[in-house]
Amino acid sequence: MQLETISSISTPVGEGAIAIVRLSGVDAVEIADRLYKGAKSLSSVDSHTINYGHIMDPDTQESVEEVMVAIMRAPRTYTREDIVEINCHGGIHTVNRVLQLTLKHGARMAEPGEFTKRAFLNGRIDLSQAEGVMDFIRSKTTEASKVANQQMQGRLKSYVEDLRQSILNILAQVEVNIDYPEYDDVEEATTEFLQEESRKVKQEIEKLLKSSTQGRILREGLSTVIIGKPNVGKSSLLNYLIQDNKAIVTDVAGTTRDILEEYVNVNGIPLKLIDTAGIRDTDDIVEKIGVERSRQALKEAELILYVLNNNEPLTNEDVEILDSMADQNVISIVNKLDLEAELDVEDLKSRYPGMSIVKTSIINSTGVDELEDRIAGLFFEGEIQSVDSTYVSNNRHIHLLEQAISAISDAIESAEMDVPVDIVQIDLVKTWELLGEVIGEDVSEQLIDQLFSQFCLGK
Amino acid sequence: MASNMKYDVVVIGAGHAGVEAGLASARKGLRTLMLTINLDNIAFMPCNPSVGGPAKGIVVREVDALGGQMAKVIDKTHIQMRMLNTGKGPAVRALRAQADKVLYQQEMKRVLEDEPNLDILQGMVDEMIIEDEEVKGVRTNIGTVYEADAVIVTTGTFLRGEIILGDLKYSSGPNHQMPSVPLADQMKDLGFDIVRFKTGTPPRVNSDSIDYSKTEIQPGDDVPRAFSFETTEFIMDQLPCWLTYTSENTHMIINDNLHLSAMYSGMIKGTGPRYCPSIEDKIVRFNDKPRHQIFLEPEGRDTKEVYVQGLSTSMPENVQREMLASVPGLENARMMRAGYAIEYDALVPTQLWPTLETKKIKNLYTAGQINGTSGYEEAAGQGLIAGINAASKLLGEEELVLSRSDAYIGVLIDDLVTKGTNEPYRLLTSRAEHRLLLRHDNADMRLTEIGHDIGLISDARYDAFQVKKQNIEDEIERLKGIRIKPNELAQSIIAEKGGTALKDGILAIELLRRPEMDYDSIMTIMEDETTLTQEEYEQVEIQVKYEGYIKKSLLQVDKVKRMEKKKIPMDIDYDVIHSLATEARDKLKTVKPLDIAQASRISGVNPADISILLVYIEQGDIKRVNA
Repeated sequence: MQLETISSISTPVGEGAIAIVRLSGVDAVEIADRLYKGAKSLSSVDSHTINYGHIMDPDTQESVEEVMVAIMRAPRTYTREDIVEINCHGGIHTVNRVLQLTLKHGARMAEPGEFTKRAFLNGRIDLSQAEGVMDFIRSKTTEASKVANQQMQGRLKSYVEDLRQSILNILAQVEVNIDYPEYDDVEEATTEFLQEESRKVKQEIEKLLKSSTQGRILREGLSTVIIGKPNVGKSSLLNYLIQDNKAIVTDVAGTTRDILEEYVNVNGIPLKLIDTAGIRDTDDIVEKIGVERSRQALKEAELILYVLNNNEPLTNEDVEILDSMADQNVISIVNKLDLEAELDVEDLKSRYPGMSIVKTSIINSTGVDELEDRIAGLFFEGEIQSVDSTYVSNNRHIHLLEQAISAISDAIESAEMDVPVDIVQIDLVKTWELLGEVIGEDVSEQLIDQLFSQFCLGK
Repeated sequence: MASNMKYDVVVIGAGHAGVEAGLASARKGLRTLMLTINLDNIAFMPCNPSVGGPAKGIVVREVDALGGQMAKVIDKTHIQMRMLNTGKGPAVRALRAQADKVLYQQEMKRVLEDEPNLDILQGMVDEMIIEDEEVKGVRTNIGTVYEADAVIVTTGTFLRGEIILGDLKYSSGPNHQMPSVPLADQMKDLGFDIVRFKTGTPPRVNSDSIDYSKTEIQPGDDVPRAFSFETTEFIMDQLPCWLTYTSENTHMIINDNLHLSAMYSGMIKGTGPRYCPSIEDKIVRFNDKPRHQIFLEPEGRDTKEVYVQGLSTSMPENVQREMLASVPGLENARMMRAGYAIEYDALVPTQLWPTLETKKIKNLYTAGQINGTSGYEEAAGQGLIAGINAASKLLGEEELVLSRSDAYIGVLIDDLVTKGTNEPYRLLTSRAEHRLLLRHDNADMRLTEIGHDIGLISDARYDAFQVKKQNIEDEIERLKGIRIKPNELAQSIIAEKGGTALKDGILAIELLRRPEMDYDSIMTIMEDETTLTQEEYEQVEIQVKYEGYIKKSLLQVDKVKRMEKKKIPMDIDYDVIHSLATEARDKLKTVKPLDIAQASRISGVNPADISILLVYIEQGDIKRVNA
């Protein structure tokens, strides 16, 4: 049996410095190759080799992680299929992103115990161990569903349920038109209607997916870098954030990069301040910008606080750095308001129209409240209320939601092309089924139940 | 006792399931006996005088493509035919015909009489002869024994049938015929799980007493339509149906008399179908709806009986008269038959293999309403499959199990044997996950080959089908090779259709893909006369226009097919697989799925159980190889 390629994180979550994303199946190498950039393409390297390179997001060309990739071709592997192991070291967030990329580019999320199951089915594991394999699958499933259930409680579950119910109402209206074409008590569901409704559904799912980012930020902290030229007030800012917010200082041991991380809490959002050691010790991060390590830190940052001196004009160096961060979340802090204004803020605004700019005098605590509001607003824009404090965080859920977005996008596209409603319906049904999988619901009879409870049908 | 008569196959019942079963078996060359309680009621329609409709109409086409009879008979005996859902996509289009009930029966009876290997005989079966859990024949109520190697039970609503009308309840088959009670007792004694289902029918009135001026006319299509792919003569002289509505007064009468309705007085214990509710049900459940549709459907050309569709009821006769009089157009209607509800025994269908053989008794098959379905078309589809499989098994040929992507008949049978049903089961298009593949237009493409392999489709018809298939393929290839220039003719026709003008030349096939374009206009642009029949170029159109969506559906089918290839050994013992969840184990033991795909469709069997099952089966395979 030719099996689909599966992927999952094969190291225990949250433990150890290195995490491995493992792929198994006929397309394992090809999928990894789509994401990999190194000296040679993975399809051309020898079996059982380890290869240094980067995982890139093919859509954005952004480098996600520096990795070592092990290539093991069938049959001398655990599953007797082609196996690729991507060794990451960038913490759980990066590992999840690598996993999501493999899923987006053709792999399927492995079921609990599936690598072992394949090893067995492909004859890799001894027959006498079959009993063990079956028990293993059972226990892994129980464990996984326990975790998934924990992560899918309360508001989030009812949110998905409500969303599914609204899709179901649309579906029922289309189905009633089809199965009871003469029934006169329901409006004909047109493609315009479906288009409009599908758009609403898509927005809702996108909101949910966004909550996955928010949830992760809440759990893991928002990786934040403070940079700027010497003597603009970086240390003051850091000290202010730390003093004012009961910082938790962690020395993340065992990471290969030796970066000090400090956690501070800003309006309920944990910021993970990266490379703060650099700011404290040398205060010359701008000079160090050429150093690969700092570049990487900057690139991975989800928030960059760029500190400028109100008392100095904008330099070419500033422009160069700001330009390089064009795709990232940057807040420019024009500090030292207490001094004479030499910096042309209007010029700064017109150069970077989308960028958030806050004026402060940190030593006088001026403007810092606004800065905190801006940081929170950048990531939560009031949506923190809509989905409560429960968030999509399970990789399987995220994967399903992404598939749901792609299905609903197909439905919208079909509706735009004005294809018949029952064809648009195909992708709408798929969206509804995927959302059902998120909350683990058996979908088989629901639509028909809905049909007969909503409409008075029958000859 | 008289010397016993010996047949290969005995069919009990001659309704819509029975006739297809008997014909299929006889046409496969087996000596077949069909026993019916009343020879005058062959292929009788006790409820609505119509065949087809969404999903059901496609089943009729499938029956035809597999060599069944229903389509051909309705094509000869209808009073009107309509294509439904023409404004929607190709997947949900469906034909519906209003039948001339009497002509339909006569025509079907004639077909049965003409069938060389088939004997039809009036007689009621009281008992099946069973030895060592294998059926050996039947015994009638007058003691005659007919030996048989296989028996197909198609008793419809006759098994322990009871008619209920107001506070009256009496033992009866549909339309006040004899019920079948001893056979129902035997089914129970054999240990079959039985459920009690209910259905109902509305009153009939005399056409002369209807004031049609107060109703809306519902004519048939004025183009030739047919269910069968072989029909060449079309009935163009059609009779209309009429539409009216219940009134406030109707609702008041029903509410005032609800306590007299058998449905609400506690007389009825059986589960009724939601999609075919009585008018009492509709008014109680949807009390905010001011009116309900009532269709007046003539029961034939030579009768004045009119079927009052939408007024199914089990109210006492006098209340039914009042109800009728409250409907615009029916003020003076003279009732000819009263409506009634009927309860009957049905087998829990998870006791069947997908071949429709019972798991309990070897060579015993059941089809139609006895399996918990409703509808003539659902019955016919099952009857055909049961007939084919009983014959194939006796002949040592491979049995026929249609998959959910082959046919609506496959969806129907799989739903029944895998999930069961807790109400009379009706096919709906939404039950088919591969709806786009199971179309009205391509039933022959899907099934003719199978029908031919089975031996129910003649070589001549098969050859004609091959030509059609080739013509369609050739035409698609041809359109791929022709480039249409943006000349005046092309632009004007495209503009006429509401499309955007061409900038450059375009392949004919690409132009056809545009939603607003059709095959005819492409031919006009190409200044070409097509040699294709309408059916052929409709296929071209659909295959080209919906190619992307069809491909997507086919990909899904492929996934399922892979799982279907993983067979589950018949001798599997689920009790020894400890890792299975308890619910999954119980369900698997009942359903006994044939393959992993079927197993995965059982509710309560989750992916982990499927994984465990796969590992277990693999282990067994290895053991077998090593042994």
